[in-house]
Amino acid sequence: MPDNGSTQAKAATANDLAVAQATKRQRIRLLIRAAGMLPVLLLLCAGFHYLSDGRFFTGQNLGIVLQQAAVNTVLAAGMTFVILTGGIDLSVGSILAASAMAGLTMSKLPELGALWLPAAVLTGLGFGVVNGALIALLRLPPFIVTLGSLTAVRGLARLLGADTTVFNPSIPYAFIGNGSLTLVPGVASIPWLSVIALLVILVSWLVLRRTVLGVHIYAVGGNESAARLAGIKVWAVVIFVYGVSGLLAGLGGAMQAARLYAANGLQLGQSYELDAITAVILGGTSFVGGIGSIWGTLVGALIIAVLSNGLILTGVSDIWQYVIKGLVIIGAVALDRYRLQGSART
Amino acid sequence: MNDPILEMRGVSKSFFGIKALRAVDLTVYAGEIHALMGENGAGKSTLMKILSGAYRPDPGGEIRIESKPARIEGPLGGRAAGISIIYQELSLAPNLSVAENIYLGRELSRSGLLARGAMREGVGPILERLGADFLPSTLVAHLSMGQRQLVEIARALHARSKILIMDEPTTALSAGESERLFALIRQLRAEGLAIIYISHRMDEVYALGDRVTVLRDGRLVGSLDKQDIRADAIVRMMVGRDVSSFYKKDHDPEAGKGHPVLSAIDMADGLRVKGCSLTVHAGEVVGLAGLIGAGRTELAHLIIGAAPRISGRLELEGQPIDIRTPGEALEAGIAYLTEDRKALGLFLDMSCQDNINLAVLGRDAKLGCFLDRDKARERADRAFTGLSIRAANVGVPAGGLSGGNQQKVLLSRLLAIAPKVLILDEPTRGVDVGAKSEIYSIIDNLAKAGTAILVISSDLPEIIGICDRVIVMRSGLVAGEVRRTETAPLTQEDIMALATWTEHLDA
Repeated sequence: MPDNGSTQAKAATANDLAVAQATKRQRIRLLIRAAGMLPVLLLLCAGFHYLSDGRFFTGQNLGIVLQQAAVNTVLAAGMTFVILTGGIDLSVGSILAASAMAGLTMSKLPELGALWLPAAVLTGLGFGVVNGALIALLRLPPFIVTLGSLTAVRGLARLLGADTTVFNPSIPYAFIGNGSLTLVPGVASIPWLSVIALLVILVSWLVLRRTVLGVHIYAVGGNESAARLAGIKVWAVVIFVYGVSGLLAGLGGAMQAARLYAANGLQLGQSYELDAITAVILGGTSFVGGIGSIWGTLVGALIIAVLSNGLILTGVSDIWQYVIKGLVIIGAVALDRYRLQGSART
Repeated sequence: MNDPILEMRGVSKSFFGIKALRAVDLTVYAGEIHALMGENGAGKSTLMKILSGAYRPDPGGEIRIESKPARIEGPLGGRAAGISIIYQELSLAPNLSVAENIYLGRELSRSGLLARGAMREGVGPILERLGADFLPSTLVAHLSMGQRQLVEIARALHARSKILIMDEPTTALSAGESERLFALIRQLRAEGLAIIYISHRMDEVYALGDRVTVLRDGRLVGSLDKQDIRADAIVRMMVGRDVSSFYKKDHDPEAGKGHPVLSAIDMADGLRVKGCSLTVHAGEVVGLAGLIGAGRTELAHLIIGAAPRISGRLELEGQPIDIRTPGEALEAGIAYLTEDRKALGLFLDMSCQDNINLAVLGRDAKLGCFLDRDKARERADRAFTGLSIRAANVGVPAGGLSGGNQQKVLLSRLLAIAPKVLILDEPTRGVDVGAKSEIYSIIDNLAKAGTAILVISSDLPEIIGICDRVIVMRSGLVAGEVRRTETAPLTQEDIMALATWTEHLDA
């Protein structure tokens, strides 16, 4: 149609302009999402430093914060995989306890003691894969399945130690729980627990952003039906993410066992799943799935640790700490809703 | 004749500036069965929703019921004005009893407690009048589709409706149930009700209609009285619009003849597809036409393994092949473009680049699992240029694109696997005119390159414009095939006739 070529060109320019504007809006939105809660984290740090008369930003205190954040960061990393697919894993606290119990029990065996670490991690992996298989193959809702395993695995954790606390003061690799990696001798060191947490975050980023599997995880969370039609093996992706969540809960259990030289099937890891979920949501990962990043989760986990540490430093009673943390969870979900408004998903 | 019970004058309805209904007049008398016909999207359901109160018409029109101006507002407005609608999907609560359903929203109570006994007695006479063979206390879940329809009608009678609108009431009924329904409709007519009967099926309109009104593109085309009701007249009224010149068909369908690429034999899912066979040759564009609900999309889903089949087999280039999942279909080179790109096709939050590369990520990956981002970027850039996708860059989320550009992104994903067979389900739905014409030339070029293409479309001019031959489905079966020949072009009339005809008229 050569006669109306100029009209078409005009329409195209108008179209391009609209596209450019839309892109600009998208960029700003992405920037807000990427920066996410980082400003909040920095403000919290500054605020607590001021309120605690300068006791927050000390080398010793920051070390404590990092160490306290470590286990939750590891759990939250696994939780990020799960929530990115639109699922939820309520059982990580119980799996952590069961894995720690399995690890400690193994560590007391004279011949196989050194194998306690892989034993703990593999225990977690096993529970996670069972969760994933129930969800993917029997098509049961993730909330129900992991609510069930939250209870059942807790029972198994108690069973493993005959409902007592298992001690092992001479557990191998105890340094990962309490030692530090020296960066500059006498000046700067970083707890091994935090090193492990950072490595977990890095590997998670690699998987989520640099592998085919990562794209498939986002795809399943973004639109499961479309993923199935596009030839993605949705069941395999689902088993994988719950497997990762279980494996990292197992690693978290090993970290706790090494730190405490002990584990109790009843008490260890109680309601850890809530902190992990809070960290993921604070980090901007959408509860609906398909949107989010592992760096956000790291920031979320740090916010929780800073909040706990800062409230203690400023002398807030532990009763009020509960109230404040609870409000933070609700605020985080409200934020999630607000962010989803006006996104491409309608 | 006596005064009309329902008069609509110049009723329009627009959605976001698009006119779904343009100044439609409709007059219905008591004691008549008024058939309403039109293609999918002609405006029948909009009209019906205005009468039910679900939509509010644009200002300017007028609706009179029994010669008095009527304002129909809110979901209960229609019923208050004496209009009841029986939808295709029945709106009954299966977990409640027949009586509770009939009284739904207007339950009887005695001192605040539900008066179940009184409700059961209240519906007794109506059920008897309708010749129902079930009790008021029966759970609706235990009833057949035909019986459920009776409950719907009973509900309308109980609300003392004078106008009954039925939207394709026989879709889910067996032949016997349909016959009984027709007898009942005639009885209701004799009792003085006005019945607006919406149907695609010519034989039903013949059998029942006292008058027929035809809508097309939101306009009233005209009405026919009983003695003038003839199939060819109605079909011409339904489809009579110009075929625009923007369809492109340069490929030569004869080039690939004798080389069947995909054969589906006796495919059935036990529900909507009841044993369909078709063959698509290399370099050929085959249309799959039929009314909504004829089973076209379901057949496509069976072919690509997206739904379980109870019978049937596939042959790809003459070799039998077993396809159980969409992934296996893609591996075999059979690509399917979904009719619902937002719900079943695109990942709206993901970048165009990821959307385009999704099907080939694994094949391109380095060390078997790491993304090859350079290759992905190149492929996305090529798709953007080749299909002239308009977006700032390949990194923007697909959800931000216009319908036409989204469709081209989704098409690029399928083309990335270089398919042997391409099944396109409503490829231009929700796409602007410019992009439509571009999509037609993409299809034409693919056919020239030897791809076997099956196009499912409800847009008849589109099917005629781009296809070499057309397979028509009706009620889950292949009703027939229309071929383009040297002397006779494809016509909408032939396709519509096959899509709407029923068996006893063929004889």
